[in-house]
Amino acid sequence: MSSADLLAVEGIHTYYGRAHILADITLHVRRGEVVVLLGRNGAGKSTTMKTIMGLLRPAAGRIVFGGQDITGWAPYAIARAGLGYVPEDRRVFTDLTVMENLEVGRQPPRADAPQWTPERLFKIFPNLGEMRNRPGGRMSGGEQQMLTIARTLMGNPRAILLDEPSEGLAPVIVDQMADTILALKREGLTVILSEQNLHFATRVSDRAYIIEKGRIRYYGTMAELAANEAVRAQYLSV
Amino acid sequence: MDFVVAQFLTGLASASSLFLVASGLSIIFGVSRIVNFAHGSFYMLGAYLGWTFVTNLPYGHLGFWGGVLAATVAVGLIGVAIEIVLLRRIYAAPELFQLLATFGVVLVVQDLTLAIWGPQDLLGPRAPGLRGAVEILGQRFPRYELLLIVVGPVVLGLLWLLFHRTRWGTLVRAATQDREMVGALGVDQKLLFTSVFFLGACLAGLGGALQLPREPVTLAMDLSIIADAFVVVVVGGMGSIAGAYLAALLIAELQAFMLVAPPFTVLGIEIVLSKMTLIPSFIVMAVVLIVRPYGLLGRPMAHARAVTGMIEPVVRPAPRELKLVGLATLAVLLLAPLAAGDYGLIVLTEIVIFVLFAASLHFIMGPGGMVSFGHAAYFGLGAYGAALAVKHFAAPMSVALILAPLAAGLGGVLFGWFVVRLSGVYLAMLTLAFAQIVWSIAFQWVEVTGGDNGILGVWPAEWASNAYAFYYLALVLCVAGALLLRRIIYAPLGYALRAGRDSPLRAEAIGIPVARIQWAAFTCAALFAGLAGGLFAFSKGSVFPTYVSIPRSVDALMMVLLGGVQTISGPIVGAIVYAGLHEQLSRLTDYWRLILGLAIIVLVLAFPQGIAGAAQRWWYRGKGEVA
Repeated sequence: MSSADLLAVEGIHTYYGRAHILADITLHVRRGEVVVLLGRNGAGKSTTMKTIMGLLRPAAGRIVFGGQDITGWAPYAIARAGLGYVPEDRRVFTDLTVMENLEVGRQPPRADAPQWTPERLFKIFPNLGEMRNRPGGRMSGGEQQMLTIARTLMGNPRAILLDEPSEGLAPVIVDQMADTILALKREGLTVILSEQNLHFATRVSDRAYIIEKGRIRYYGTMAELAANEAVRAQYLSV
Repeated sequence: MDFVVAQFLTGLASASSLFLVASGLSIIFGVSRIVNFAHGSFYMLGAYLGWTFVTNLPYGHLGFWGGVLAATVAVGLIGVAIEIVLLRRIYAAPELFQLLATFGVVLVVQDLTLAIWGPQDLLGPRAPGLRGAVEILGQRFPRYELLLIVVGPVVLGLLWLLFHRTRWGTLVRAATQDREMVGALGVDQKLLFTSVFFLGACLAGLGGALQLPREPVTLAMDLSIIADAFVVVVVGGMGSIAGAYLAALLIAELQAFMLVAPPFTVLGIEIVLSKMTLIPSFIVMAVVLIVRPYGLLGRPMAHARAVTGMIEPVVRPAPRELKLVGLATLAVLLLAPLAAGDYGLIVLTEIVIFVLFAASLHFIMGPGGMVSFGHAAYFGLGAYGAALAVKHFAAPMSVALILAPLAAGLGGVLFGWFVVRLSGVYLAMLTLAFAQIVWSIAFQWVEVTGGDNGILGVWPAEWASNAYAFYYLALVLCVAGALLLRRIIYAPLGYALRAGRDSPLRAEAIGIPVARIQWAAFTCAALFAGLAGGLFAFSKGSVFPTYVSIPRSVDALMMVLLGGVQTISGPIVGAIVYAGLHEQLSRLTDYWRLILGLAIIVLVLAFPQGIAGAAQRWWYRGKGEVA
């Protein structure tokens, strides 16, 4: 692993029971990059994210974050090391208000990462600022998605795992989401996202990994991927 | 009218005690999804420790309030110890294993309490400054009760502030909904769970200690309060603290007024409500669960997300080797009487009957996915059905043994209709409620059932009066029953039942009437449990309300769980191990509960899939197959 890597995933294998889901996944993410994990439904994107976050335990391989080997750590310890996680199914706390949801995510600030307060977050997510005391259960899908991202940012992470942020959102909201990710990148945040939406991914990402049937099939810059029609046709077209 | 007010106030005071225990249970359940059977034990420990701290420390004492406070904290710390040593290891285990483990704690605490404080009831001290009574509308009313009336709402208010105005409370509410997500946001769940357990145990301890001036401290406090607390939590809505207070109020008031209600006559039967105080709370629970399945203030429960998704293994026909083991076991059972003495024969008969009892529970739990906390109801209905037929109608054994399963089956039809409308923990609680109704009738309807004295003289017919003959009769009927249940699992009913368990919606979508199938299965299980109960009555020559009690239901659960829910041979292995263990222990030592409890805890920690489940995994792993 190069010393510039913030996150290095090296040869991980993950199983659900006896089913071999991830085989030899290797990823490298540098500080300040936006890297996308592209693949179809069931390719292993979410499983990769959950494995990195410690929600699933890899049978082999190792995960290094910020120079520390975090393989086998509990999710809370990984979060405290500065890696945030935004799950694909949102999982806002529906009984808690917007402010309370943010409170659950709050962790002490760290020197080498952007620092967030609810007020700063409301500048990026103005909708949320207007519904501070609304319970999470009475928000639209797009608002919930924004809230989960804001909630994770309250932990002042160095990098975030963003699992399919555009899924199930209206086109206008998808555009907003892209702007948001670019804004976060400008703040200096490292972003690892998973996507099926190539157009969206191309707008926000620097580099891409393509995953299919639990294996990395291709990686390169977004420009290289844009030039490689064969790879796109083979792995990404529906 | 004045009298009504006084009675209402008494109800309010009782509601406070009930609320303290139930709120702790509810909070613990909300976060950890553990139904803590040991919560009644915390309450009992609170009372015993309070008694010691207030009056009986070797060097001076702490005074009433100091003692109550010390007892509260001490119980909290005991709760923490139990959480760290035991529960923390089994959060990922199936719900019922957690229940089993906490019941193990109940047994251990019972015997430790007996060893430390002895079997006599202890009389508690009065609270200083609150002795005597005040006059309210011409009725004398104890001052201490007035204090209790205030305690309930005050604790409710404090808990509300704690949960809505502190970071800790916000984290707890979030974890109640999705504890994995809370962990992924950087919150140490272990610490959170332990602190929640501390709070819950403290509340139970406080509830117990505050009972000191009201009633004597006894060894029966734990199971009597836990049944009521379950009812309160379920009626109020799992995890809802305000709901728990409302439900505690409802049930305590109902009980307070029933105690003084005059007798009346319905259809020529005299109803004496004051003698049936145990029944109404369970009827309230049954009604509430049917009208509002998630309790008064509860909401549909978010599926507690666990890190490891447990998938039910496929039920498969027994491999040839297992069939051989089964045949060998049967051969041993057939030949055993040759070697067993008279006593051994009695134990063997009991084991054989328990195999059928456990198999019938397994049938609805494993393939049916319906966890019954009250399977003793059907065992008891069978036993009482047979005994009443013999006693009141002088029926011969053969007729009584036909009536036994019919009585239980009728109970199954009636109760099952309600039960299949619910699922999960609520279903389990409803079955417990029905079992308690049957128990209350057996216990309180003295004219017919003999109450606590039971019914004696239920002896087998002449030809089966010999212990050998009765053993073979029981063996034939129970093995036939168990094999029939096994056959049903592989019949269309069994397939439909399993489909309904694995995915109710999809099963409905392909035309399976899931509720009706479950109802049929529930009735079926009740029938066979009733047969076991009938045989048990004749083997003992008597029936008692204990046949329908919570511990008997738990016996059945233990057998199924020890054996492994998802293996068909499980209940058989479980019944043999558990009944054997139980029997041997109670002969060897007075402290058999302690040893049994520890054994249960160790078994749960060592074999979270049950004994047969672990053996099955080991077997298929050896064969390199997907288990």
